[in-house]
Amino acid sequence: MSTIFGIPAPALYGQILIGLINGSFYAMLSLGLAVIFGLLRVINFAHGAQYMLGAFAAYLLLTYAGIGYWPSLFLAPLLVGAVAIVIERFMLRRLYGLDPLYGLLLTFGLALIFEGAFRHWFGAAGKPYAPPAQLTGAMNLGFMFMPIYRGWVVVASLFVCIGTWLLIEKTRLGAYLRAATENATLVQAFGVNVPLLLTLTYGLGAALAALAGVLAAPIYQVSPLMGTNLIIIVFAVVVVGGMGSILGAIVTGYVLGVLEGLTKVFYPEASSIVIFVIMAIVLLVRPAGLFGREE
Amino acid sequence: MAVGTQYLAEQQPKLSTTSLVLGAIAIAALIAAPFFFYPVFLMSILCFALFACAFNLLIGYVGLLSFGHAAFFGGAAYYTAHAVKVWGLEPLTGILFGAAGAAAMGLIIGFIAIRRQGIYFAMITLALSQMFAFICLQVPFTHGEDGIQGVPRGHLLGIIDLNQPLSMYYVTLAIFLFGVFAVWRIVNSPFGNILKAIRENERRAVSLGYRVDRYKLGAFVMSAALAGLAGGTKAIVFQFATLTDVQWQMSGEVILMTLLGGIGTMIGPIVGAGLVIALQNYLASSQFPVTVLIGIIFVICVLLFRRGIVGEILELMKRKPKGNV
Amino acid sequence: MSNQPLLEVRGLNAWYGESHVLHGVDLDIREGETVTLLGRNGAGKTTTLRAIMGILRRRQGTIRLRGKDLLGLPLHKVAQEGIGYVPEERGIFASLNVAENLMLPPNVSQGGMSIDEIYTLFPNLHERRSSQGTKLSGGEQQMLAIARILRTGARTILLDEPTEGLAPVIIQRIGDVLVELKKRGMTILLVEQNFRFAKKVADRFYLMEDGRMVNSFPGHELDARMDELHEVLGV
Repeated sequence: MSTIFGIPAPALYGQILIGLINGSFYAMLSLGLAVIFGLLRVINFAHGAQYMLGAFAAYLLLTYAGIGYWPSLFLAPLLVGAVAIVIERFMLRRLYGLDPLYGLLLTFGLALIFEGAFRHWFGAAGKPYAPPAQLTGAMNLGFMFMPIYRGWVVVASLFVCIGTWLLIEKTRLGAYLRAATENATLVQAFGVNVPLLLTLTYGLGAALAALAGVLAAPIYQVSPLMGTNLIIIVFAVVVVGGMGSILGAIVTGYVLGVLEGLTKVFYPEASSIVIFVIMAIVLLVRPAGLFGREE
Repeated sequence: MAVGTQYLAEQQPKLSTTSLVLGAIAIAALIAAPFFFYPVFLMSILCFALFACAFNLLIGYVGLLSFGHAAFFGGAAYYTAHAVKVWGLEPLTGILFGAAGAAAMGLIIGFIAIRRQGIYFAMITLALSQMFAFICLQVPFTHGEDGIQGVPRGHLLGIIDLNQPLSMYYVTLAIFLFGVFAVWRIVNSPFGNILKAIRENERRAVSLGYRVDRYKLGAFVMSAALAGLAGGTKAIVFQFATLTDVQWQMSGEVILMTLLGGIGTMIGPIVGAGLVIALQNYLASSQFPVTVLIGIIFVICVLLFRRGIVGEILELMKRKPKGNV
Repeated sequence: MSNQPLLEVRGLNAWYGESHVLHGVDLDIREGETVTLLGRNGAGKTTTLRAIMGILRRRQGTIRLRGKDLLGLPLHKVAQEGIGYVPEERGIFASLNVAENLMLPPNVSQGGMSIDEIYTLFPNLHERRSSQGTKLSGGEQQMLAIARILRTGARTILLDEPTEGLAPVIIQRIGDVLVELKKRGMTILLVEQNFRFAKKVADRFYLMEDGRMVNSFPGHELDARMDELHEVLGV
């Protein structure tokens, strides 16, 4: 068996794949956080809960309505996005113009409500969710066997990230969004319905998190706490990348995921803290983050 | 000093006769309290109230929201528990050791976190405390999921037997009063006035030649040390230290206590801690999930009364013309 | 028709936070008219524009456009009624180039100019169409800011100090543009410190002091009133 730095090659590739998958979720979630923060100036603590809600929506749709993976991939983000729109309209909207910390605290409270409620109803234990029949099994890549579903997650998340990036950089809606990030009042003075734009942006960000949740359901188990522990890591990813750049958020997400995977191979004890350590180092060397601008 | 003087004039410690009388009544009530309530319940409130006061020192007077204060509270609990149980330290020394450990952590975490402000500061402190929670899960001395159990209360200074609930209570009360007094002294010192000046207008403070980062770091370390004092005391009172106290939920709880009571008020965090602990106690026997209730209180506080209970009362009193009562 | 003012402001009060800035502003602008607000710094000129537009929300009084009350409308609805606002700081988006800045405003009321029309009116913007917003000179930024608002189809334009900090040649060009806009029947409310520039375009002047209109006179009387103005404006 071939080895790399004394590590069996398949183990190394396996961890890199796991790193890529984790990185896919970091990327998708930090992307949504960055988009929401850019326009609303709100750090959406509920992002993890919305990811969890996406996974649960898929699980519940399957268990109680017999609706499978593929429709859930659209339905779950739609449902969670709708809930988010209600939240923006009736709660977040009242905090615009105040210290952004209030937005953080409000969404933290919402995250606690969602997680507490789901834990109360469904217990803390994870629930299995089977991947769709078309994506079961493994593929021989020559140097390793890759479960097809995991390959799909990496590809799908890349599509989601690139799609969101194109939406923001290349469409009219995206142009409004970028301009409003710079000067929302002026964009509204052009006659653009900026309040609606804010609502849609929050809904879109939440829907992205929910989509990530559905993608995650067959890999990690569906559990009420799957979101919060993840969101704290994503916060670190966002601090490392800086929130000024959409592309930066995506790249940082994947890179940190892979670095975490590699740490699991070479120094497993540190794998759960490596991203935080990287965050601390980046803060010491370049406080604004790798892709950020000093404010 | 130019910045500071304006606050000196405005916020000089107002120890009017009324507040002295009220303070004396409150202390008398606390001394009498264990004859009416369970001492353990009261001590729990005192520990968390001190924790909230320490947290409030940072958000209320420097404007920094730490989302990672559980690391100092829970970390100190571990240090104290280990020092007393394994090394056989005298309990008060153990508590001070815990507080010192928390201060050292505050120095490291603060040094990294103060490089960013506002929302980023909150995210960074949260991430670093989560890192600490992971470390606590892995290092041997914390005993992982079990935590450090069966910490002996021992004899204070070798004399007073802390296994007596009343003695333990009065020691806890003394530590609590010391901590609150320390916060009050810090807030009303020239150092505290500069902190408030930084909060109001950081750029102006910089241009006046203050090394703002040092003041912030100083406040952060003091806040961490006092949070550690609370955590160490809790470890002695409850005779254990576990992962619960270092996790993000605990950081959230102390934020809630302070927010509910009133950010930037002296007694707000104490009121908030009392309410939250009482509520948790009350709900412990019911079916209603505590987390959901905490979340709901968060949402209500942020949307409806951001000044907190004490803050809103003070605001009402301010609006009312004097001599009306 | 021409007796009914296009824009009618009555007893307008406005606040920035707790500070009361406008104390009952009365203002009438007829269709196709160019009206200039004069006054010292802090007299409330910019605030008047922002309050009419609805950027400043704490207001009392009446603001009517063609008889329709604007006070209750959100900012974007005011814009959709055909009012455009060009702020003093011009508000060019740094992350967008000239063409993208021009493309940004949607055509919200009838008569918005096409990109080609705009390039005909502002040939220098065509030359610089792919330059980043931040790379433009002050004069180019001002041209872009005016050109951009014409895209929305606004027929009433609120212009805040368009000549501030610009060279005489550029001021001349901006004056030409405003004259052209007047010819096309646009209504302009201008805040301006530069008398010579204002005289060229203004049909009427309003003099502001302490958040009120203290005087109003036709454009041709400007020269005769110079002494009076110097006293009020302290120039």
